[in-house]
Amino acid sequence: MTEEARVSVEGGAVLRFAPHAKFRFDEVRQAWIVLAPERLLLPDEQAVEILQLIDGERAVDGVIDELVRRYEAPREMIAGDVVKMLQDLVDKKVLRR
Amino acid sequence: MSAVDPPLAVLAELTHRCPLRCPYCSNPLELSRASAELDTASWKRVLGEAAALGVLQVHFSGGEPLARRDLTELVRHATEAGLYGNLITSGIHLDSGRLNELVEAGLEHVQLSFQDADIASGDRIAGLAGSQEAKRRAARLVREAGLPLTVNAVVHRQNLDRLDEIIGMAAALGADRLEVAHVQYYGWALRNRAALLPTRGQLDAATATVEDARARLAGVLVIDYVVPDYYAHRPKACMGGWGRRFLNVTPAGKVLPCHAAETLPGLDFPTVAEAGLSDIWYRSAAFERFRGTEWMPEPCRSCDRREIDWGGCRCQAYALTGDAERTDPACALAPDHGLLVEARQDANEAAPDFIYRQHSAASHRRSAELIS
Repeated sequence: MTEEARVSVEGGAVLRFAPHAKFRFDEVRQAWIVLAPERLLLPDEQAVEILQLIDGERAVDGVIDELVRRYEAPREMIAGDVVKMLQDLVDKKVLRR
Repeated sequence: MSAVDPPLAVLAELTHRCPLRCPYCSNPLELSRASAELDTASWKRVLGEAAALGVLQVHFSGGEPLARRDLTELVRHATEAGLYGNLITSGIHLDSGRLNELVEAGLEHVQLSFQDADIASGDRIAGLAGSQEAKRRAARLVREAGLPLTVNAVVHRQNLDRLDEIIGMAAALGADRLEVAHVQYYGWALRNRAALLPTRGQLDAATATVEDARARLAGVLVIDYVVPDYYAHRPKACMGGWGRRFLNVTPAGKVLPCHAAETLPGLDFPTVAEAGLSDIWYRSAAFERFRGTEWMPEPCRSCDRREIDWGGCRCQAYALTGDAERTDPACALAPDHGLLVEARQDANEAAPDFIYRQHSAASHRRSAELIS
């Protein structure tokens, strides 16, 4: 079997974009976009900010810490949103470990 | 009407030539011959115009795009223009040499069609012996090359009972994504509707199978699946709405809002030789014709879903009612919804033989003349 197991997004996980997912700025639309196999995402401002912190080095906890620092918001509130969004993108195979 | 956004994707139908003869082929009944196809330079110009217009993804399709000897050159050109390239293929003639060239040219993804999980049944539906084994080999090559793989399975009365096996096959082949696509009934498929339309019982079982598999395979295999129009209450936003997101370029260079739009009468679709893509997208009468909500009749016009489904599918409305402006009969509110209800009865009768896709007799003769 070539089936892989599902990756669960935890605080210690270091995520990166899958090799065939492209996160780039589109000059025509003047907006950030994510291109993936037969999938096109137009992330909103908050999602763009999170995705810009996905660099293949920072763990999920580090991403949350950075956003807490920027927004001076309660950690639990930010952590919930971030983990939910990242798990969704992992399940869609846009991000991987 | 709000401003028109640039298109997101282009379906580049490079050719109508194909080794398969599927009886639900989305190509038109009158297929283009090789001699009518756009040349390499024209396709390169079109790809460049698409990127400049704001297109982000290009789906190289057909027929069988591998039948074009310049496919690698076109993929490379698309990559250099910044387009995300996807190959939609039967996989029949895919070998490792060709695939490596395509990967090197920047291809990002392959969508491979399967007609069934059962080999004999799949070969019969595709109209080609040995086709299903060839597809399995192609799937392995794609995974070995490190490309993401989508398995596309068109489902209907004659394979829907094996959906669980189809899902298992996709997972075992290492697919990242499975697209379970119900047949859409216009063109070849409408001719074969009585042989293809599933029963309500088959459909309900299939829907339950998908729900179960989605839970079991979350994060492993993404399954795309929607309930087919003939058993739905509301129409789908065909192509995300006419002239809103997609454009299609036919082998001969006609630019369409969807691959079946040429079936509609009274619309003059420009070719890439006559105008630039940007002009066609923003200014042609054909793209304006069913764009937005102004053209809609009641009950669409005052419906609170008019900007959700954009009136459904014009080609289906025309194929079933003879009037492209009618409300899509897929909608339970449509005056013609009864046409779909009646058609469902066919699913309970014995299935007639397939009418396989083929070039018309006239074009066969013309091809023979060209060869002799």
